[in-house]
Amino acid sequence: MALSKQEWLALEKKAYELRKLCVQTTVWGGSGHIGGGLSVMDLLTVLYHKYLRIRVEEPGWEDRDRFILSKGHAAIAYAPVLCDKGFNDMEMLKTFNLSGSLMGMHLDSNKVVGVDASTGSLGHGASIAAGTALGARLQNKDFLTYIVTGDGELDEGSNWEAFMTMNQYELSNCIVFVDRNHCMIDGPTEEVMKLEPLEDKLKAFGFNVIAVNGNKIDMLCDAIDVAIERSKEKCNPTCILMDTLKGAGIKDIAGDYHCHYMAIDDELFAKFNQQLEEDYKQRVERAEKEGK
Amino acid sequence: MAGGFVYNAIDQTEVATAEIYGKAIADIMLKDPKVVAITADLAKSTKLGDVLKVCPERVINVGIAEQDMLGVGAGIAKTGMIPFISGFSVFCSMRACDQLHTDICYQNVNAKIIATHSGTSFGQAGSTHHAIVDLAITRAMPNLTVIVPADGMETANAVNAAYATKGPFYIRINRGFDRVLYDNMDYGFEVGKAVEIHPGTDITVIACGSCVFQAKQAAEFLENADGLKVRVLNMHTIKPIDKDAIIKAVMDTRRIITVEDHSVIGGLGSAVAEVMAQSGKGCAFKMLGHQDKFAPIGLHEDIMAEVGIDANGIISAVRELMQADFEEDDNWEDDV
Repeated sequence: MALSKQEWLALEKKAYELRKLCVQTTVWGGSGHIGGGLSVMDLLTVLYHKYLRIRVEEPGWEDRDRFILSKGHAAIAYAPVLCDKGFNDMEMLKTFNLSGSLMGMHLDSNKVVGVDASTGSLGHGASIAAGTALGARLQNKDFLTYIVTGDGELDEGSNWEAFMTMNQYELSNCIVFVDRNHCMIDGPTEEVMKLEPLEDKLKAFGFNVIAVNGNKIDMLCDAIDVAIERSKEKCNPTCILMDTLKGAGIKDIAGDYHCHYMAIDDELFAKFNQQLEEDYKQRVERAEKEGK
Repeated sequence: MAGGFVYNAIDQTEVATAEIYGKAIADIMLKDPKVVAITADLAKSTKLGDVLKVCPERVINVGIAEQDMLGVGAGIAKTGMIPFISGFSVFCSMRACDQLHTDICYQNVNAKIIATHSGTSFGQAGSTHHAIVDLAITRAMPNLTVIVPADGMETANAVNAAYATKGPFYIRINRGFDRVLYDNMDYGFEVGKAVEIHPGTDITVIACGSCVFQAKQAAEFLENADGLKVRVLNMHTIKPIDKDAIIKAVMDTRRIITVEDHSVIGGLGSAVAEVMAQSGKGCAFKMLGHQDKFAPIGLHEDIMAEVGIDANGIISAVRELMQADFEEDDNWEDDV
């Protein structure tokens, strides 16, 4: 279904609020993986506020859609989404990263409600996602599995093992997102370990690849609509290759690999919030102009 | 007995241990549509032939990709199904170590690893295929139950117990034929409880896997030849280890030998030593197994003889340890 202007604006507002909450969580937690968190915030927003078939009041519902954050360090963005959604208490978010908290830097599916897989060790999510998608098929269930990997994470060979399984078993009920923010800890991906031509590689592994700007909510929704439509038939899976900016939404850090992990002081906090607001205004302007 | 699938001595003598696994898992899968078999291009080697006949749609083959195999298993378990994941011990424990640790154990999913070709049972394949450190690795993983069945009957019991018990299991079986220890499944198998194979009060031999039969033979020989009463414990469960049986052996016999087709670092011997050391009770002690060396190439029985974990090796070790003295008083300066 096409995204209405009203829905688009509501998603932009939610993404803005969640970005602010992510920055706030970084302050509460002392520091965090803010760069890679903000690059996937638009995706998390549209999944949790438009697409995922989940029940907050019944988090273990066996027919729920599964979401697997393979780039587990983006928990700094994921935890705010889960608390805002009501799966966990907001008070819990204030303990993020702190000693004794149930919420560590990487979320534990046995401790944090709403988390489908404990991730953090990179290159694991895709296999688990292939497993949940196979589990659905074997039990004739129609739930979908959504999984997001980082781009640097694709250096791990295990991802490609999982991609082969997804293709072999035609797991179109598994929708793979790659957060192509072009950065990893030690620098730009193409300097540390070349990934290009990434789209061709993913196609060669059997995916129907849809390349989009992953920080543009309308484009993201269009791509997900296609993937969901394809999921209705057993066929090769869809990979949505999202071109994103690390630190998206905050002008000073966007696109800079140094924002992978950082602490935020009072001064930065004020500045980041101001820049998020400016970014939000531009997003609203575009939605008002281009939305239908 | 859990599951209620019964195999007899004829099965035991006519089929390899892994084949009994194949029969046991096929029976379970026929009964329970929630059970899935997963393999990495080893459906035949890990004896899933019977399963392929009865429910091929529930056999997932991920190709030669053990990391993926364990991750997929964790995912399938998360949808409420029960995966039995089979592959060679070396690859389940080492190639996919992180997936075993993080996807299976940390998430505490209801997945069962059937690790075949363990120890040096794939002897001629060489050290790339000898699993002599897998117990050290798996024993250290929280939430994981680790079982080393002594023969086919015990494998069937272990598989049934794993099916009936929620949580991750690592069951370590051999490649080919194991010497027959049990005629049937009714000998009181219970996870975490050692089984006394031979009574004795002079010394205790604690063994697992293929070494249990060897220990039993050694005990029978020593009774006749030396008049020694050798207690033999089949310590099929490496974790949780049967502390009571170990401490009772320390108190009753004051001499213990452990035997395993595994490195003496981190396996059964280490597990027994940890219990003994923490009990505060002293005991003459010797660990038989791979002595921090890669094993030679050869038939399983030849390697066991070479390493000293066959009946002859155990007999020599018992005789040696029976000569060993240990401190009876508080003076630690004098010679023993």
